[in-house]
Amino acid sequence: MRIELVKRPQQSALYSALSPFFALALTLIAGAIMFSLLGKNPLDALYYYFIDPLREMWSLHELAVKAAPLILIAVGLSVCFLSNNWNIGAEGQFIIGAMAGSILPVMYPDFQSWIVLPLMLIMSMVGGAAYAAIPALLKTRFNTNEILTSLMLVYVAQLFLDWMVRGPWRNPAGMNFPETRNFHEYAVLPEIWPDSGRAHWGFVFALVAALLVWFMLSKTLRGFEVKVLGQSPRAGRFAGFSASKMVFFAFIVSGALAGLAGISEVSGAIGQLRPTISPGYGFAAIIVAFLGRLNPLGIVAAGLVLALSYLGGEAAQISIGVSDKVVRAFQGMLLFFVLGCDTLIHYRIRLVRTALSKAEVSHGNA
Amino acid sequence: MKKTILSIAAAAAVLSFGTMAAEAKTKACFIYVGPIGDFGWSYQHHQGVLQAEKELGDQLETAYLESVPEGADAERAIERFARSGCNIIFTTSFGYMDATNKVAGKFPDVKFEHATGYKREHPNVSTYNSKFHEGRYVQGVIAAKMSKAGVAGYIASFPIPEVVLGINAFMLGAQSVNPDFKVKVVWANTWFDPGKEADAAKALIDQGADIITQHTDSTAPMQVAAERGIKAFGQASDMIAFGKDTQLTSIVDDWGPYYIHQIKSVIDGTWKQQDVWDGMKEGNVVMAPYTNMPDDVKKLAEETEAKIKSGEFNPYTGPITKQDGTEWLKAGEVADNGTLLGLNFYVKGVDDKLPQ
Repeated sequence: MRIELVKRPQQSALYSALSPFFALALTLIAGAIMFSLLGKNPLDALYYYFIDPLREMWSLHELAVKAAPLILIAVGLSVCFLSNNWNIGAEGQFIIGAMAGSILPVMYPDFQSWIVLPLMLIMSMVGGAAYAAIPALLKTRFNTNEILTSLMLVYVAQLFLDWMVRGPWRNPAGMNFPETRNFHEYAVLPEIWPDSGRAHWGFVFALVAALLVWFMLSKTLRGFEVKVLGQSPRAGRFAGFSASKMVFFAFIVSGALAGLAGISEVSGAIGQLRPTISPGYGFAAIIVAFLGRLNPLGIVAAGLVLALSYLGGEAAQISIGVSDKVVRAFQGMLLFFVLGCDTLIHYRIRLVRTALSKAEVSHGNA
Repeated sequence: MKKTILSIAAAAAVLSFGTMAAEAKTKACFIYVGPIGDFGWSYQHHQGVLQAEKELGDQLETAYLESVPEGADAERAIERFARSGCNIIFTTSFGYMDATNKVAGKFPDVKFEHATGYKREHPNVSTYNSKFHEGRYVQGVIAAKMSKAGVAGYIASFPIPEVVLGINAFMLGAQSVNPDFKVKVVWANTWFDPGKEADAAKALIDQGADIITQHTDSTAPMQVAAERGIKAFGQASDMIAFGKDTQLTSIVDDWGPYYIHQIKSVIDGTWKQQDVWDGMKEGNVVMAPYTNMPDDVKKLAEETEAKIKSGEFNPYTGPITKQDGTEWLKAGEVADNGTLLGLNFYVKGVDDKLPQ
């Protein structure tokens, strides 16, 4: 006996749209079971996870701080994934973008003017895009697998940042600790509404980017091109679309947005470069992109949900004493159920008895 | 009638006082950079918290967050504690420095204690650290006595002053016994990575080291040394369970006395800003039992420890020559804390180039 997945002849648009909600509900149920097994009251636990962080103003600000990089990166990734380019290296593009954007405040701290911040934002996008162009070039020229190259460039970026903050960019007044000088006031991304919390303009960038990419994907020819080349490269060729130009376009858009996320995080939330500036945003954003069904507007919601799970994890750790590992387990379950629901909406499961399968295989080959 | 009213009022007063006393429990909160099960840095901080809980009993309530990344997340975690009624917050890693000071500015009534940093931008921020290098000097003395090859391998984490301070102290201790002693250094660029640390230990042993010491937190180097049949020193906690026939001693970070003292001062209302750098004398740096060595080495180690503990001897007492051959400290001169806390050069005899 074996299990086969058979494509459903008709796909329900309603179920497709509802799929993330099913996944969320299943995650909550599985989470409740997990908490019961840990000996905690599941309702309490879920309350601390998903409701408590939304009760106070400062915490909503923190939600925006946490969601901003996730949304920015995931919006860019949606262009990549829709066009069938598997950019797994957003984490590296985030880091290189942050470093490119930090050149002015770190190397030229005396250059203080209102122009510094806009220049930093532009340089970060250029830096992230250039770094993302490397796997694009390798893919189009040498037909290398972009999953491997983009992923490996993450480690290169992490070590490069590490070396820079310990060496050439180390703060001269920092007692030899590995960090750059603190950014001067012109280089700090302002807070949106400083009286109530520390959410910075990075969140606004994320919303604007989501709207622009949504518009591009759904209303323009370029968006159509992205989707056609993603679903059927051959059809795209007949339509006169260039697959290799699309590879560059997708990588550069997502690299630029990841770079912007990087400088927003460094300039808005941290205030200097440190050996590590991201707790894995580039990878978490992959979950966000799929949870948002590769739709930029869906990604905004998905980014907020994932950010909430981080905040909730802390609240639960303090209030009911569950380990921080539970957050990871939660995020893992969420991705598992999203992919599971999607698969089951598009395919149905069929049990095949072994005796029959041989005949079927030969039939299939014929 | 009047009497009843009075007694009711009295009862109410007693009751309200009773609830006030219950609320007056002091809450101490801790932020750890690693998991409390790392058997190194965060583990030892948590052991200190457990000691404080035992000592202060009902007066104290504690909470902790583990594996908090250094960066934007740290500020949120600290602010969450400040808002959740913590009276004193200990942030136990260098990378929390700016976040601690930022949050402290917003919550002037909460006390903040930052480990291993140097910024105290608000009157409610103190910093604290321990003179671990005092223990490393003792280890250097033991290493020079025990090593047949005259070469020790040193697994270092990051080239920050605290680590350089440890390497130099180890070297100075060894030179006090054997002026030709060599120390080889491998930079693992991590605080906790059993795989990398084990590789570093193997590389050092293959280069001729027959004593291993480490400034990283896992037990892997100890286990490699045990496999190869050489001796090693533990780090942060007593690692004798991982090297019964291997561990010579270990520097144990004992934060308990400091945490008890600081939390008590919050309870009494006597807490004030300070910059603490305590060592063996105050009980923050403790040597695990001296094992796997002959009695004369043990005796010498105990004498050295006693001299440092009593304050009679400072490991950084001249004459000391820098690696490049220039004089640093004249005979009898003692290095000042400011220089030590920013140390960025080796002393003579260290077989490595300091990453700059």
